[in-house]
Amino acid sequence: MKTENIKHEENEHSYTGLNSKKLLMWAFLGSDCMFFAALIATYLVNMGNNPPGTPFPEDVFSIPITTVSTFVLLMSSMSMVLSYASLSQNKIKAFRVWLLSTVILGATFVGFQIFEFYEFSHHEVKVECGDLIDASKREKLTDLQVKIGDEKCIEGVKKVSEKVPLTPQVNLFGSTFFTLTGFHGGHVTFGIIWLLSLLIYSFKGNVSPLNLDLAALYWHFVDVVWIVIFTVVYLFGVFPGY
Amino acid sequence: MTTFALPIPKRPTHPTGILNWITTIDHKKIGVLYGVTAFILFLTGGIEALLIRMQLAAPGMDFVSPEIYNQLFTMHGTTMIFLAIMPMGAAFFNYLIPLQIGARDVAFPRLNAFSYWTFLAGAIMLKSSWFLGGAPNAGWFGYAPITEIAYNPGHGIDFWILSLQVLGIASLAAAFNFIVTIINLRAPGMTLMRLPVFTWMTLITSILLVLAFPVITVALIELMFDRFYGMNFFNPVRGGNPVLWQHLFWVFGHPEVYILILPAMGLVSEIIPTFSKKPLFGYPVVIFSGIVIGFMGWMVWSHHMFTVGLGAVANSIFAITTMLIAVPTGVKIFNWIATMWKGSIDFNKTAMLYSIGFIFLFIIGGLSGVMHSSAASDAQQQDTYFIVAHIHYVLFGGAIMALLGGVYFYFPKITGKLMDESLGKINFWLTFIGMNLTFFPMHFSGMDGMPRRIYTYTSEMGWDLWNLISTFGVFIMGAGILIFVLNIVYSYLRGKESGNDPWDARTIEWAIPSPTPEYNFKKIPLIHSVDAFWEFKRNGTPIEPASGASENSEDEKNIHLPQPSYWPMVVSIGIMLAAYGMIFGLPISILGTIIGFIGVYAWSLEPVNEPEQH
Ligand code: HEM
Ligand SMILES: [Cu+2]
Repeated sequence: MKTENIKHEENEHSYTGLNSKKLLMWAFLGSDCMFFAALIATYLVNMGNNPPGTPFPEDVFSIPITTVSTFVLLMSSMSMVLSYASLSQNKIKAFRVWLLSTVILGATFVGFQIFEFYEFSHHEVKVECGDLIDASKREKLTDLQVKIGDEKCIEGVKKVSEKVPLTPQVNLFGSTFFTLTGFHGGHVTFGIIWLLSLLIYSFKGNVSPLNLDLAALYWHFVDVVWIVIFTVVYLFGVFPGY
Repeated sequence: MTTFALPIPKRPTHPTGILNWITTIDHKKIGVLYGVTAFILFLTGGIEALLIRMQLAAPGMDFVSPEIYNQLFTMHGTTMIFLAIMPMGAAFFNYLIPLQIGARDVAFPRLNAFSYWTFLAGAIMLKSSWFLGGAPNAGWFGYAPITEIAYNPGHGIDFWILSLQVLGIASLAAAFNFIVTIINLRAPGMTLMRLPVFTWMTLITSILLVLAFPVITVALIELMFDRFYGMNFFNPVRGGNPVLWQHLFWVFGHPEVYILILPAMGLVSEIIPTFSKKPLFGYPVVIFSGIVIGFMGWMVWSHHMFTVGLGAVANSIFAITTMLIAVPTGVKIFNWIATMWKGSIDFNKTAMLYSIGFIFLFIIGGLSGVMHSSAASDAQQQDTYFIVAHIHYVLFGGAIMALLGGVYFYFPKITGKLMDESLGKINFWLTFIGMNLTFFPMHFSGMDGMPRRIYTYTSEMGWDLWNLISTFGVFIMGAGILIFVLNIVYSYLRGKESGNDPWDARTIEWAIPSPTPEYNFKKIPLIHSVDAFWEFKRNGTPIEPASGASENSEDEKNIHLPQPSYWPMVVSIGIMLAAYGMIFGLPISILGTIIGFIGVYAWSLEPVNEPEQH
């Protein structure tokens, strides 16, 4: 009798047969979609509106590194699936292992992001002064390189390098980039805390497949958002016009 | 099963007095809390409006300073939209939705309490700006770059940003809750096409909220980052784009006006059939036009930006979509009129007077809306008092009139007492006449070129008479509202017993006792049609309990309701402190975050029910 009452609290019955908490999660994700849509729209509207002489996407992004971190995040989705599968088959150990791997992969992704943020703010601009004179080579330099080069390449100097940090304040690209990816990173971090809480709780009580499922939905959603960000911000940023 | 002892205080089992209200998770009490709070805030917004009108009563007045004047109109608009009309709508959602769909409560009762407390936190935060260094002063839509730190260094805008964020959390939480409640907690047999119209409008409103609020959240975050961390989103000097603010704001803002009006339309659709003794004319059409409004509400936002210079193509497209959206709105009006047509209309009920007043005034507001849906015509009207007239005909004449009518209609359900109809009529006529005296002349002053948001004007402009009439009207309207307050108090103390079904109403919330018992329905009903209670009374179609439903029991003691909880309010306090800390220093924010986290963990770990003590 008691245990039955316990189930009652927040989901007395369901007209549609859908679980109410899951429906809530879907509604939240719909809302979160609009949240990221608005941030990405801001990014697109502002793309290219940077004063010359400030860092541009192609100056700072390293596609190979971010591809790796993207891969890590995608793998975390896979381990999430495996964790859920284990839990629903009542294999508690496997569930914990996969859950922990998800957490670690997620944390690795966040680590990459912190590294990236740090790197961008110590980003170095290098110019070979010879390239500035050769018109065909000059074309390939970024605005920033040209600007720094034109200022510094006085006679006798061959190579110029200068630290031009990309900060949220320096230009619109900085503002939009850090805000968008920062909020995404915040979402991942929140997910990590959530998964860790479930992991700890699994030693003390019973994690129901439903509870894990809710976290998993959220986790996968955040991954999908990253795919969009990676495409729109990183790939379009480095290969403009595509 | 291993249970695990946590250092969490017990859930309060039978709280009394103030603790009862603080810990309640009963949707009815939360509805009353929402209603009372929103009404008080409505009065504060009214006082702000009164001061504005005093300043404008005659040319060259110096009743308040220009600085205060700017703060007054900003606070008035923000208060009325976010702290008065929206939460008054929420009050009705809370009280009525579970009753109209035959449920014991909403899907997530504690989340519901959290919505209320977070709303209160946001309201306190916004209003406290008056006393903490000055209120926001950039208008309710806070156009950049006047909101940027360089042009607006005080804390007013910070309060505006942060309190709107807090209010956004509250609205979103409530909207999620009502979507799930309406989809999942319907009584057996209550298909979507048997839902009461008010429930339908709530569903559409909630979906709009869920999709529209994140957009303003992002806009506010960007503005906040500009102000706090020197970023460049809306700062044209650094390449930023102030027009982006306008887009983001109105992508939210136009759905928002439907968020304000759809609940009102829902209430009117309950009241008019009841007092016309006829079913709502074209129920599916009313629902469908509501859905169409919900969709099309997303396609018209740039009609607020006709004079920005988006170009002829954009202006034409948005002019056409705006004209089109008037169609589903007009369809609803014809439905209400057709419902009354040849009905036996009871003009003696204040609720009905308010509903008819709503139709009348909303038509005027809709017509002026169609006038400035033409981009060319709007170029003359943008930012004049003509727009002020439009928004007040739709928001006061529309939303507020319907909400006040809703109070008259549902007061008996809530208290078991009737509101006094003679006072009600005085209340209605004073409000109705005062409202027209105040806002109708604004059409003329606007056409004569009087801009919005000016501190004062000179006599040569020829606006003196219209402004004087407007200010005079406010006092009449104010008297009407005071009589409303009086009526509420009087009827609460002395009102006649209403019985369960004083209006011979149609929907199932009237089938249960008034005031509503704590568990709402002793037996969860089984629904066979729209207007199930009416069918039961007229044709004897029973609303018999759903067979075999485990929720049903003969003995009320066996009905298990979730117990009250402290944590929703704790989390809200955490959020409020975190927001205040953004202005007054990081330590407060950190404290708030910690409190919030403790609250969330305790919330998710506390037992559903404390073991019974014998
Ligand atoms: C018949 C349907 C309607 C049409 C065609 C319409 C059209 C418009 C247009 C074109 C504007 C922009 C005017 C300008 O700033 O120059 C406007 C402003 C506004 N409308 Fe409507 N409207 C309609 C219904 C409503 C409803 C139902 C509401 C709210 C309940 C509403 C609330 C507002 C508000 C608040 C503003 C002014 C915002 C501001 O500038 O502060 N309108 N309307
Ligand atoms: Cu609009």
